[in-house]
Amino acid sequence: MNAPEHARRQEGTTSRFVTPAAVNVVLLIATLYFLLPVFWLLVASTKSRTDLVSSFGFWFANPQLIENLRALFAEQDHVFVQWMLNSVIYSGGGALLGTVLSATAGYALAVYAFRGRELVFGLILGSVLVPATALALPTFLLFAQLGLTNSYWSVLLPSIVSPFGVYLCRVYTTAAVPRELIEAARVDGAGELRIFLTIASRLISPALVTVFLFQFVGIWNNFYLPLIMLQDDRLYPVTLGLFSWQSQLSRDPQLLILIVVGSMVSVVPLIMTFLSLQRYWRAGLSAGSVRA
Amino acid sequence: MTTTETRTDRRTRHTSGTRHRRAALWFLLPFAVPFVAFYVLPVVYAFAQSLQRISRGGGSYGKATSVWAGLFQYDRALHDPDFVASLVRVAWFSLIQIPVMLLVALVLALLLDTQTARLRRFHRLAIFVPYAIPGVIAALMWAYLYDPRLSPLTQAMSTIGLDPDFLSPSHILWSIANVVTWTYAGYNMVVMYAALQAIPTELYEAAAVDGAGELRIALQIKVPLIKPALVLTAVFSIIGTLQLFTEPQVLRTITTSITSTYTPNMAAFNAASANDYSYAAALSLILAAVSFVFSFGLLRRTTRGEQA
Repeated sequence: MNAPEHARRQEGTTSRFVTPAAVNVVLLIATLYFLLPVFWLLVASTKSRTDLVSSFGFWFANPQLIENLRALFAEQDHVFVQWMLNSVIYSGGGALLGTVLSATAGYALAVYAFRGRELVFGLILGSVLVPATALALPTFLLFAQLGLTNSYWSVLLPSIVSPFGVYLCRVYTTAAVPRELIEAARVDGAGELRIFLTIASRLISPALVTVFLFQFVGIWNNFYLPLIMLQDDRLYPVTLGLFSWQSQLSRDPQLLILIVVGSMVSVVPLIMTFLSLQRYWRAGLSAGSVRA
Repeated sequence: MTTTETRTDRRTRHTSGTRHRRAALWFLLPFAVPFVAFYVLPVVYAFAQSLQRISRGGGSYGKATSVWAGLFQYDRALHDPDFVASLVRVAWFSLIQIPVMLLVALVLALLLDTQTARLRRFHRLAIFVPYAIPGVIAALMWAYLYDPRLSPLTQAMSTIGLDPDFLSPSHILWSIANVVTWTYAGYNMVVMYAALQAIPTELYEAAAVDGAGELRIALQIKVPLIKPALVLTAVFSIIGTLQLFTEPQVLRTITTSITSTYTPNMAAFNAASANDYSYAAALSLILAAVSFVFSFGLLRRTTRGEQA
């Protein structure tokens, strides 16, 4: 939003209930609620196990972050590094492939008129209403029948399908790729694939970043699919790995500090990416709200 | 799109129609193949599986074979007190948690849209941060904040005479609701805020000149205008809460208040873990159907209301 609009909005008189003080106090309380657990995690990850239990939770006591990190990375033959790497493989690989597939499908649905186009698009849109967790168990049953469970593929392959990505790419292609440009390229003798690769893909690249970002975060956060697919802990993504430590906590209390530090390490890069790429996720969110 | 074409366009399209159809097919295929393989086929396979049951010849240790069972598994699900209880529990959860979360999100979005709010950008980001945190990690963090052995929250509250037990059987559902609200309120807030930003200011300039306060402008002008965003957030919240799994599954590690069939998804997972695949298939299909019917129904009802 730009400044003149702000100035104009100021004309609205404040009412009895919506005083400037009340507005800001409510916002501060809300921010405190949303940030406090994150702050707790940051503080807790610098503590020793005894301090974690005995010192006040919302402030530092004898910080030893480096020592905790060293213990985290050394545990069980560097298994945590493996988990982070797996998460990057699942999320990065799945989101990259998924973005390519969404882009081509969205482009086809936007540019070519063919019989059944709206039916195909409707089917894809409808599947947005079927949540991924509802499909995870049926996919597991199918994969178990085919002997494909407990492998990288069992988590990676189901993650590459993103109906929302197709939707976003279609809407964006319609808005950002002028038909005349495509026709002109055809007259110049360019093939359909070349038009897509050299002209269209560049024009829709902001949408592609948005699709990639959403899918990356979606796969990174996925828990149910890897939980039912994987038995070998060397294949776990970091979320499932930390959960498996949490499940062993009653037998091995030493894991507590590792879970806390591990949570911190797995969350920080995600928050950084999110904050630095915020204009892209905002584009995706507002596109979503236009649809309904 | 086709309506804007000129006559010459249509002629060139006619001659190159087959070529375009073939191109469309090639562009769609890379998506269509995994879509069918991982969206359509699993559902079909699970449906086939759900119509069977295991029969053992010669006592319970005999050879196991799958036999046709019709709707036996579905009948079993509807008479399974644990599964029915899990459905009722999640229904309650949705009825309370979704309105609370969306109201929090709406109030915050409206506050951020007022002129008097300071540090708008900072607040918006802070409220959105939890969405970037994986559900497992969010649940772990709150688990430690609920756990009386570790929690600075329960410590602080006991000094002022309160002694909350977040993990008791009667409170745990609302402790889970708090985790879910904390994680997704910011996401919903951003969707609503984006919709608010898209409203042309002229629409409430006149009201402001007439002396309408911010509260009246918010309730009578802004909220009705962002109805599509509200419907969207409601639909996705319904889909999300019916699938409730991660948060209770994680909190289960620190409390016995959560059973292995606490939510429908956990019941399905539990059946699959016990190799009761046909039953697991039936349970997840029931859940998928319920969530599709509710979200689709809400979409249909609200869009029809707009046209009327």
